[in-house]
Amino acid sequence: MNFLILSLIKAAIVAFVLMTTLAYLQWIERKVIAHIQLRVGPRRVGPHGLLQPLADVIKLITKEDMIPSHVHRVFFLLAPFLAVTFALISISVIPFGPEIDVFGVRTYMQLTDLNIGVLFILAISSVGVYGVVLAGWSSNNKYSLLGGLRSSAQMISYELPMALAVAAPLLLVNSLSLREIVDRQGGFMLGFIPRWSIFQGPWPQIFGFFVFLIAAFAETNRVPFDLPEAENELVAGFHTEYSSMKFAAFFMAEYANMVTVSCMATLLFLGGWQPLFPGAYGSGFIPSILFAIAGLIALYHGLNPARKLDKFTLPAFALVFFGIAVLFLVPILSNILLPLFWFAAKVGAILFLFIWIRGTLPRFRYDQLMHFAWTVMFPIAVVNLLVTALLVALTGK
Amino acid sequence: MPTSVPLSWYLLLSAILFALGIAGFLYRRNIITVFMSIELMLNAVNLTFVTFSYKLKQVDGHIFSFFVMVVAAAEAAVGLAIILTVFKNRQTLDIDEVDSMKY
Amino acid sequence: MDVILFLIFAALAVACGINLVVQTHPISSALSLIGVMGSLAVLYLLLGGEFIAAAQLIVYAGAIMVLFVFTIMLLNARAERKGGKTSKARLFGIPLLVVFLGLVAFTIQGLLPKTEGVQFGRFRGGSAEAIGLKIFTEYLLPFELTSILILIAILGAIVLARKEID
Repeated sequence: MNFLILSLIKAAIVAFVLMTTLAYLQWIERKVIAHIQLRVGPRRVGPHGLLQPLADVIKLITKEDMIPSHVHRVFFLLAPFLAVTFALISISVIPFGPEIDVFGVRTYMQLTDLNIGVLFILAISSVGVYGVVLAGWSSNNKYSLLGGLRSSAQMISYELPMALAVAAPLLLVNSLSLREIVDRQGGFMLGFIPRWSIFQGPWPQIFGFFVFLIAAFAETNRVPFDLPEAENELVAGFHTEYSSMKFAAFFMAEYANMVTVSCMATLLFLGGWQPLFPGAYGSGFIPSILFAIAGLIALYHGLNPARKLDKFTLPAFALVFFGIAVLFLVPILSNILLPLFWFAAKVGAILFLFIWIRGTLPRFRYDQLMHFAWTVMFPIAVVNLLVTALLVALTGK
Repeated sequence: MPTSVPLSWYLLLSAILFALGIAGFLYRRNIITVFMSIELMLNAVNLTFVTFSYKLKQVDGHIFSFFVMVVAAAEAAVGLAIILTVFKNRQTLDIDEVDSMKY
Repeated sequence: MDVILFLIFAALAVACGINLVVQTHPISSALSLIGVMGSLAVLYLLLGGEFIAAAQLIVYAGAIMVLFVFTIMLLNARAERKGGKTSKARLFGIPLLVVFLGLVAFTIQGLLPKTEGVQFGRFRGGSAEAIGLKIFTEYLLPFELTSILILIAILGAIVLARKEID
């Protein structure tokens, strides 16, 4: 098929899935944090609050869009646009799976494979600081300016340990292209340990993984590093003066950044779409088993429900789960769906970690945060890189 | 419309950007804008290096361009620190007003 | 396709460059410079310099310009006041300048020898691997010297910008 048409179709699919994921990521976050805090979360709009993102979108679109008179208009309008654009561009180089064959068309499950894919993502996250900086400055407001400056200083400070943590697994796989990085993490050592970067090679990249995760928390302004947008310190930080769709744009940009760094962590450290144990031991049946268990749990709770409405909705969910479990067993589809499942499971685990930590930890003070970046994270990342380089050179990989 | 871009167009673009950098350097009065015009000149030179690296089919132009970037980074850091000091002492960013050695 | 891309991004670069010189507020100039750097990154990609394009975005547009923008915000720079230049000179001068430069450019371009054009993909030696090989073997001394240069710059910036301890 024509390369252009194929790329357009893939881009449309990825964009649609990404937008839905962002909307429902917010639902998942609200539900999980609610359950951590022993309450229920949204449950009125749709069954279990599943239509809550839709209600939020409608609310944000129909809200009055105010532009205060004292702002610098051009930059005020430009900032959320930049934030969202750069947050969404990074998805274009992320591989979701191996080469697949759909109706006779062979294609990779990736929008485009740059041979400097890792550098591209680092470049986009470097330039993504401008949305925050411009938003803080153009609002012409003490709190926004301070929030914007602090947030962007934090983002550029943590870019350094992040880049160094990214450089270490690149030494193990010898390539900057994301597809090759995932391909070289295939196979199994000792028959059952997957050859992911955190298990592999002369120096398992566990420290690098943790450094990358902590730097990712700081890059995306999430707890415990979210002082710049904390509500009780700085009104609302750099997005104080924004309303309606522009505010929604910043929120979407934050969640898209979260998804991007989770995808990066999965691809570089956790082996992308490679399965956890060999197919010979039955890793092809894991998704079906998991969805079947989920369906059984939903059915069990649907038979003696806690709330009256659940008598209808929970068995419906159970049916959906069983349907998906069956879908994974169909041989034509399982080639496409299995790598997608492993990728989504790993990214989902890291996103759950983001949300879990948000519900659990208190936040850092700003000077503690910067001190941590420069005196703790940076040396650890440098030492990790040095040790990896030394061992790779000595063992001659 | 030629099928491929002639090399001279890249050199022409580089010359135009360099000339714009010089114009900004001579015409503007804000110190920071003058400094940014210098960065524009350095970028124009980088483009020339990469263009000739393409023509000679060697990668040395890229490496030199990389070093120019590194030097520009160092220069930006020190230059902005100097600008901060000037601002602290003279309370102005206008280079026409920073015209006497005596404080 | 190459020609269209080149024309678009070259026009963007020149427009941002003119904007840099013409705008009065330093933040507008800073954003125009970021626009120039972005278009130049695309032009480097067309010339086969993929590592340099990424380095331009990471180092120049993502770090140096952020430093500039921080300084502008910190110093609370305002727009410049208008200078006392006559507008008659500007009315005649700028079109004449453009025509003159156009003539010079056309003449020079006609005199240059005809070489092969730039086609995307013809030069593949700009990958990170090629640059790495050359930097760490042939250009190792400049590399180490620039690292010392950066160290000196860090020390200088810290000394210049710290508060006086009374």
